[in-house]
Amino acid sequence: MAVVETRNLTKVFKQGELGAVNDVSLITEEGEFLVFLGPSGSGKTTLLRMIAGLETPTSGEILIGGQVVNRLSPRERRIAMVFQSYALYPHLTVYKNIAFPLKAQGVPTTEHRKKVEWAAGLLGIGKLLDRKPRELSGGERQRVALARAIVREPAVFLLDEPLSNLDAKLRASAREELERFHESVGTTTIYVTHDQVEAMAMGDRIVVMNFGEVRQVGTPAEVYDEPADTFVATFLGSPPMNLVEKEDVVVGFRPEHFFPVSVLAGRAAVPDPMRGADREGPYVPLNLRVSHEEYLGSERILYGAIEGGAFHGKKVISRMSSTLSVRCDPGSVHAFAVTERHLKFYDRSTGKRTAARPGPWR
Amino acid sequence: MAVTPGKPASSGASRSPILGAVMFAPSVLFIVLLIGVPFCLAVLYAFSDARIGSSGLHFVGLENFRSILQSPSFRKALRNSIVFTLCAQAIVIVCSNVLSIALEKPFRGRGLVRFLILLPWVAPVSLGTIGWKWILDSIYSVITWVLVAFHFVKPYSAPMWLGEPHLAMASVILVHCWRLIPFSTVIMLAGRSAISKEIPEAAAIDGAGFWRTTFQINLPMMAPILSVAVLFGIIFTFTDMTVVYILTAGGPFDSTQTLPSLAFATGIAGSDLAAGAAISLFLVPVLVLVAYLMLRVAHRAEVV
Repeated sequence: MAVVETRNLTKVFKQGELGAVNDVSLITEEGEFLVFLGPSGSGKTTLLRMIAGLETPTSGEILIGGQVVNRLSPRERRIAMVFQSYALYPHLTVYKNIAFPLKAQGVPTTEHRKKVEWAAGLLGIGKLLDRKPRELSGGERQRVALARAIVREPAVFLLDEPLSNLDAKLRASAREELERFHESVGTTTIYVTHDQVEAMAMGDRIVVMNFGEVRQVGTPAEVYDEPADTFVATFLGSPPMNLVEKEDVVVGFRPEHFFPVSVLAGRAAVPDPMRGADREGPYVPLNLRVSHEEYLGSERILYGAIEGGAFHGKKVISRMSSTLSVRCDPGSVHAFAVTERHLKFYDRSTGKRTAARPGPWR
Repeated sequence: MAVTPGKPASSGASRSPILGAVMFAPSVLFIVLLIGVPFCLAVLYAFSDARIGSSGLHFVGLENFRSILQSPSFRKALRNSIVFTLCAQAIVIVCSNVLSIALEKPFRGRGLVRFLILLPWVAPVSLGTIGWKWILDSIYSVITWVLVAFHFVKPYSAPMWLGEPHLAMASVILVHCWRLIPFSTVIMLAGRSAISKEIPEAAAIDGAGFWRTTFQINLPMMAPILSVAVLFGIIFTFTDMTVVYILTAGGPFDSTQTLPSLAFATGIAGSDLAAGAAISLFLVPVLVLVAYLMLRVAHRAEVV
């Protein structure tokens, strides 16, 4: 087990162009599950590949277990990586796939069977050892890739979007399995994904990246509840945070905090059983002209624009539980509101978080 | 490498059988006229006493085969053909592999280098080989001239590249390799680029070095395409007579005579059509066997 650190790591693919990764300084904790989250082209995979040793940094340092590894080959870094395509060796059986790292690193042949069986047992693929990769399902291939990674007991695990090739149903169960797997082996893990649900569900901490820069590092709750800038605010959450501009600030609020006033008023009167007697506090009333509604079973999503006031015409989204039986017909105007403590404030020019401004916010 | 032919979406050919037949006809005609008829003629001649200029054909049974099997020059040609094919293929496979590794990653001027490497294949065989004939000439050879200039050999004892049996064989093999390597390299490059980039990367992370990645990952994954390259290479080499004919015409003392060149020398130049046909028929079982073996290997090694 080891800590991975990057110091001012930069990768420029073409001279004169903006770097794929710019001046990234990060440090993992021992045994942590760290997620790199960002849209495609955000540099998250390049960053991972530099840590793996598959890509040479333009500048900056990479440390694994306190040792600078910039000049070391992948094999000397004691890392294991699971690729998006799993990169199983198609001409070798599952057994030989898993044993390959042992063979390559000169582990005595007599120990191979024991170790391969241990790794295969851990992932429940003991019965597949004689098969070829092409005879396996997507989920089984992913487990073989994990077994091949775990078998030599690496210091660090690097996972590059390992679930993106699975169908939606399998992805959920594979995600849960990965979490349990990480708990049982406890190896420091870096996980790259563009899927915020995966990031929120699995990450101890999330590194949100965009255009090769780290926008925010924090626990899932921190990056979701307190986004550091407007990019993080809109990238996380589905539907994304509503952002409305007024003078030099951008005011943000999550769709799930934007309700009809009647619901909010009802809430203030009856204490939320989950939160005890916590009062919702003062709220900002806003009129919403609903343009259309999506019914998603457990929840309803309302799309519309604010009617009247300083935010007139700004497009916003409201998301509420479908247990709330408020009628919101498209085309009509409804009295909505968001509590003041759920407002986030961002500087309009930099997009960075700023101190709360006093109202009125109408 | 598994290529599953898609089912024809709508059967235009079945709706209009004439169109299907018309589209199919040229290739059938080509095969029948240029391969089928000569092959049948060769079989017919091999069992007859046909000679150039003779009017009648008499069936002589296995007489032609009996006589060529007893002739020392046939046995020598058979041995030479095998040596020629095996040596040339070994060199071609190794060199084209090395070249394909070198040409795989982009570098400045790669396009030009690829073009230059392809040239020997694109240029007409006879022209290229005549060029080599001059390079290896006993008097004007540039190779000899360079060796003399560097004092590796004395001018009066310079090697006769095409005049000494072993050197002549080596020269013929090397010129043939020069010609076949581009073809083989292109096939290897295609096979190499079919391997997902992540596989060698995974091998690097798993701790495999260059040799292990090459011999345990890349080459086995390229096995089907490699066997295609070998199959074509063997057929091109075993049946080739251009290089031999132009460089040495089989000499000195039949030391570079191969089956095709012997068949030509006997059947056309020596006007004994029947013996020439019988010699060339000896190529058939070998080629059929090679084709069968290689297709089996390709089928079994099918990956992904």
